[in-house]
Amino acid sequence: MIVMEKRPQPSRAWSLATPVVAVLATMVFGGLLFGVLGTNPFVAIKTIFWDPIFGEFAFYYRPQLLVKGAPLVLIAIGLSLGFKAGIWNIGAEGQYIMGALVGAGVGLAFYPLDAWYIFPLMVIAGAFGGWIWAMIPAVLKVKFGTNEILVSLMLVYVAEQLLASMSLGLLKNPEGFGFPGSRNLNEYASANSWILQDAGMHWGVVAALIAVIFAYVLLNRHMLGFQIRLTGEAPRAARFAGVNPARLILFCLGTSGMLAGLAGMFEVAGPSGQVSIDFNVGYGFTAIIVAFLGRLHPVGILLAGGLMALTYIGGEIAQGNLGLPAAAIQVFQGMLLFFLLALDLLTSYRIRFAKKEVA
Amino acid sequence: MDLSAINPILLIASLMVAATPLLLAAVGELVVEKAGVLNLGVEGMMIVGAISGFSIAVETGSPWLGFLASAVGGAVLSLLFVILTQVALANQVASGLALTLFGLGISSLMGQSYVGVKPPATPDLYIPILSDIPVIGPIVFSHDLILYLGIMIVAAVWATLKYTRVGLILRAVGENHDAAHALGYKVVRIRIMAIMFGGACAGLGGAYISLIRVPQWTEGMTAGIGWIALALVVFASWKPWRVLLGAYLFGGITVLQLNLQAAGVAIPVEYLAMSPYIITILVLVILSADKSSAPASLGRIFHASH
Repeated sequence: MIVMEKRPQPSRAWSLATPVVAVLATMVFGGLLFGVLGTNPFVAIKTIFWDPIFGEFAFYYRPQLLVKGAPLVLIAIGLSLGFKAGIWNIGAEGQYIMGALVGAGVGLAFYPLDAWYIFPLMVIAGAFGGWIWAMIPAVLKVKFGTNEILVSLMLVYVAEQLLASMSLGLLKNPEGFGFPGSRNLNEYASANSWILQDAGMHWGVVAALIAVIFAYVLLNRHMLGFQIRLTGEAPRAARFAGVNPARLILFCLGTSGMLAGLAGMFEVAGPSGQVSIDFNVGYGFTAIIVAFLGRLHPVGILLAGGLMALTYIGGEIAQGNLGLPAAAIQVFQGMLLFFLLALDLLTSYRIRFAKKEVA
Repeated sequence: MDLSAINPILLIASLMVAATPLLLAAVGELVVEKAGVLNLGVEGMMIVGAISGFSIAVETGSPWLGFLASAVGGAVLSLLFVILTQVALANQVASGLALTLFGLGISSLMGQSYVGVKPPATPDLYIPILSDIPVIGPIVFSHDLILYLGIMIVAAVWATLKYTRVGLILRAVGENHDAAHALGYKVVRIRIMAIMFGGACAGLGGAYISLIRVPQWTEGMTAGIGWIALALVVFASWKPWRVLLGAYLFGGITVLQLNLQAAGVAIPVEYLAMSPYIITILVLVILSADKSSAPASLGRIFHASH
């Protein structure tokens, strides 16, 4: 009979090892899945994890790593703050959309004016759009005790409808021959987030790196970061220590909304270029996996974001070259979160073999 | 705009159809939460149920086998949640999210060859004389059997929780798992059963969407109904009959906004389409003040050697 014994202290070694083991387990079981789907598992895994960085066309895919990784890291950093404190913002997808809409809206309002201040204004607007959308669940939770998980998620569907409405109405390109979607911001120099398009560099990448540093300093060197960690690990102790839960909720949800909004704004002004009905591709949900894979640690999230971006790009290659369905990659990513959560057991429990059941 | 085109009898009959997936998923989740477990994977289990039911119904030509398969599919997926939360003692919120993400992925993988396929029709009940009564006939006696099954499950859950020993034990586990454990009840085993029941109900609800309400298969077709079901349990303060009431209210809103879209009301389609979600939020706000009826152990991890 296998019994589990709670460790007096969570194991540091396992805490670092679980993400790696989870990735390996996902490769094995994902490989089996690909095998069942009729693809050679070894080729598939190599295509997903190796080819984007070292393969023949890596020069094309490497920049994509930054493009896909930046929004994931940016959103996941914000989510991790709340997750640490037990505040669950799972509507980042909606905040991402709102950031893009408000940011792009401000940019398009100035069209075709050419001025240096347009892009900074868009950045502020994008952050504001995401922030205000996240403030809805935050304020409702503080004022009425409403569940933030359900409210933030419902708002994703509302945001998706707004996106559809905007790309068919208010923000539609007046010179677009009736096609849905806004003007392409890539053709509007003052509202463009690219720094070096060939290298995949845009301001979102810079913002993601700043967010990682900001989160690291906050969590390790700042009172607020300590309170976040304390609330998550020992809620009762936090209450006795005088942590103000309302302030924490507003801060965590607000920050994660702001970062998600920024991610959406940089995306719409760069890689995507325009507001369109299918603008959002699920970064807000994948970022949840990234946050957990990175063990809610800023540096971990940076690495996890890179790895997730890799599976996106590798998945696209596998789709093109091996005919692997797009959904297979989604399953692959879901599997990763699954193994991660299951293996986390080893961090706080010790597995032992005992003779017989006691109770 | 022509509001007279909206037929009130048809409206009520179709709101019952629109409410049934929600009702099934919510009553399943109610049992899960009564046992002290918060499973946020309802959306994932619904969509997996939707495609399992759809594919089996198409392959066998029998909608009933399809519904059976959907319940099995939902329950099997919920086993993943069991492994995470009852065996590996993982955080229930994160595990539920994992279940939903995984379910959405696996369902679109399973459903690839079923896009655009028409499922076998599920026959409606027809009782001579009764079904022909004006007004009452179409509303009460002319639906498909699964709709009645949903109402029967609500009644059964209510009676079980209120009048039987099983219901009492289930509630004890949900209110205080340590005390229940001390009394010798198998907390984990009871919770596993509850979670699987919730999975089967969510699966049935999903198949109701893909086989009766829509009826076809599209990726992500549950479109948040699983999440609304979670909200509905809160709305109902964990009481079965209130789940029924809430489901019919939401069904009514959904059907009404679709009818308004068809009638060409001056409100843009997108704004009508977002109304069920906004109303869910409003209802949550109004009802969140009272949490006293929530099971006391809801969402807490149980490990026997404390």
